[in-house]
Amino acid sequence: MKKAVFIFSIFLIGFSTRGQQVEKKKNAKIAFEVDGICGMCKKRIETAALKTKGIKFAIWDVKTHQLNVILNEQKTSLKILKTNISSAGHDIKGFIATEEAYASVHPCCKYRDNKIVLEHSGALKKEKK
Amino acid sequence: MKKYIISGFLLLAPMLVPAQTSLKGMIMDVQNPKDNLGVSGATVNWLDTNIGAITNNKGWFTLPYDTQFKKLIVSYIGYKTDTITISNTTPIHHFITLETELNEITIRSKRNAVQKSLLATANTFTINNDELLKAACCNLAESFETNPSIDVSFSDALTGTRQIQMLGLKSPYLQIMQENIPSIRGAAQAFGLTFTPGTWVESIQITKGAGSVVNGFESISGQINAELVKPFSDAAFFLNAYSSLNGRLELNTHLNKRISEKWQTGLYIHGNYRGDKFDKNNDGFLDAPLANQINVMNRWQYTDAQNGWVSFITARFLNDEKQTGELNFNSETDQGTANLWGSEIDTKRFETSAKLGYVFPDLPYQSLGLQLAYSKHQQDSYFGLNSYDIQHESLYSNFLFHSIINDTRNKFKTGVNFTYDKYNELVNKTIYNRKENSLGAFFEYAFDNLDDFSLTAGLRIDTHNLLGTFITPRMHLRYVPWKKSVLRASVGRGKRSANIFAENQQVFASSRGNKGNINIDNTNGNIYGLNPEIAWNFGISYLQKFNLFDKKGDVTFDFYRTDFSNQVVVDWENPQEISFYNLEGKSIADSFQVEVNYELIESLSLRTAFKYFDISTNYKGGKLQKPLQPNKRFFANISYETKLNGNKAQWKIDVTFNNIGRQRLPSTASNPVSYRLTTHSESYSLLNSQITKVFSNRFEVYFGGENITNFQQKNPILASDTPFGPNFDTTIVYAPIFGRAIYAGLRFKIK
Repeated sequence: MKKAVFIFSIFLIGFSTRGQQVEKKKNAKIAFEVDGICGMCKKRIETAALKTKGIKFAIWDVKTHQLNVILNEQKTSLKILKTNISSAGHDIKGFIATEEAYASVHPCCKYRDNKIVLEHSGALKKEKK
Repeated sequence: MKKYIISGFLLLAPMLVPAQTSLKGMIMDVQNPKDNLGVSGATVNWLDTNIGAITNNKGWFTLPYDTQFKKLIVSYIGYKTDTITISNTTPIHHFITLETELNEITIRSKRNAVQKSLLATANTFTINNDELLKAACCNLAESFETNPSIDVSFSDALTGTRQIQMLGLKSPYLQIMQENIPSIRGAAQAFGLTFTPGTWVESIQITKGAGSVVNGFESISGQINAELVKPFSDAAFFLNAYSSLNGRLELNTHLNKRISEKWQTGLYIHGNYRGDKFDKNNDGFLDAPLANQINVMNRWQYTDAQNGWVSFITARFLNDEKQTGELNFNSETDQGTANLWGSEIDTKRFETSAKLGYVFPDLPYQSLGLQLAYSKHQQDSYFGLNSYDIQHESLYSNFLFHSIINDTRNKFKTGVNFTYDKYNELVNKTIYNRKENSLGAFFEYAFDNLDDFSLTAGLRIDTHNLLGTFITPRMHLRYVPWKKSVLRASVGRGKRSANIFAENQQVFASSRGNKGNINIDNTNGNIYGLNPEIAWNFGISYLQKFNLFDKKGDVTFDFYRTDFSNQVVVDWENPQEISFYNLEGKSIADSFQVEVNYELIESLSLRTAFKYFDISTNYKGGKLQKPLQPNKRFFANISYETKLNGNKAQWKIDVTFNNIGRQRLPSTASNPVSYRLTTHSESYSLLNSQITKVFSNRFEVYFGGENITNFQQKNPILASDTPFGPNFDTTIVYAPIFGRAIYAGLRFKIK
């Protein structure tokens, strides 16, 4: 009986790992929010994303703060990607940039400063008119 | 059993409770509204919260709702991100639009009519519709008048056909494409640019220097691509009428219609007519030909954005007739006689193309493309007693795959193409037949570090029945040394067979074109006994944008060199003959250009350029500058627009000034004294202007003048008194023949 349980559990392990491999997509589409304000932020966020091995495609939307990526889950993970973006100075939920990293972003990109955020939205409105 | 039912309810309960305060909705693709198939995998979330959901395979989503949530954000890769205002829990149906469509719209809304990019690797700029409307632009040949990088010159004194040049080299050395299909080549070389009506052109992309390897090996000094109007984006109805005081009438109509959700079609009809005879310089010859042209195009566009398919099917027919020569020439009684000198050029052309593109829906960076094109061109013509007929059938096919290596910083394009050309020519009763076919494969790699450096390197291998098997390398580099500037460099090789008669057919309207006066050095080459032309092009360009007195401007310095390893030299130096031979020695074309764009005051912008050319070739008689090529040109354009008022009405005024430097004229030293010309022409200036009154976004009128200062070449036809004699020559043209031309026109459209 013990033997049977053992074989059965091995079978299950085999099954579950195989299941995981199937889950690891080569072209997984993922979207999450990254904090930032402007076109410079966009360039910094996208560059940080694309420089992560396994990230194939990255587009960050200035208005919605959504980062859309396509990544190879066999080569990288969301955790690595988020860590890299936060070390470029941009906050993600659960991956807050260190003060040091945040200090490295350009003065106009200080998204934690409400005054600067407001200046940007003001500028946006002006452009629209 | 009851237990199970209860626990089942317990499981369902949490789903039922928030149902009262949740928002349901469906996300659909705007291109695909009636399929009832939603977009699956789209992200929806409340603004400034982490509450979000992903749509299911039918496009539906359910989100918790609270009155404090006002803005819902919908995003999906490859699509525009939308923000929707929500005030209650009524289920929503929202359509999302493709990102690419949005980009197209943004480009059009930009104020600059000519876009110089800081980001493109190649020295490329785009002329969009706004710029094309600055001149009457009756056809593609006239679309470059407000652009300093392209020079317009005249090919002969009879037809007034304009030729375009880039880097000092005439259009056979430029590759001219329509929607990336090489188009103005072979038999269409001389008049082809006048066969595309201006209103059909949506935008033009100009690349200086070595182009891309994707479209073949023929381009040497640059590539010009004209995008034509598309049923999807063009107005439902468009009408343009044009009339000039020199008797030219033009009419253009566009009709575009949506057939089904995925199919759109457009019918474009152009006609032009000139029936009045003018001889303002009293040489007994018409200053401009009598002409009429009918040109019809039908396009079908298929778009299925959901599944990533796009297709275009186009068919076109052209009939063009020109008559020129002595004023009283009557083609019925005088053709083939020496009574009066006259010429008729009749062209019929049919072309059709099909394009199919597929973008992988899950991989926005990966696509496939297939292009197929067929054309048949027939020109029957005579010039006095000389005759020239050409029939050219051409087949072009290209299969392209576009993707990335690792990530979008490394992109590549690869593919194969096959071309076939069949030429049948009848030159003063001598037959020249030729068939060309080539099979090629290409690979182009593009790297961009997303910051200050990018590179495009391409290589192609072709095997051609007459040109042999050869490789064509081309490379472009871009580097940003400091803010708002770009340094670009390019190098590339081009190879082509010269269609000596089609490209130089003005020769037939002179004694040089008489049987026995056309000399072709037979060196046992494959093309008319001559060898293929091979050239390397090198270029460097520097662009700096600046702000001066709070106004934006930019300055560009360009230097390009084209170095021919072999060229089919066209030698006009004996005034009774024309000779074609393989280059021995050197042929180098150097061009330098500095261009400044600056907004002088609000709505008033200046574009100015100075160009210097040094184009020298080793002729049999020694090294000479290329004839009829100004060594210096100065260009200035001022454009002014009043502010748009409430009805979108405004005035637009454009003034263009050109100064054309001295040109070396082909030698006429051996002619009788009365038929001799000076060695060089004088420099001269031209002034064009156009005023457009826009009444609304539906209706506008324009009027303008070309050559307002009325500068004319005094005797463009040598020996016009004895057109059948040995000194007759209409090919030495360095300035306009026709004086001032005043025109007016209107444009009307219904969106």
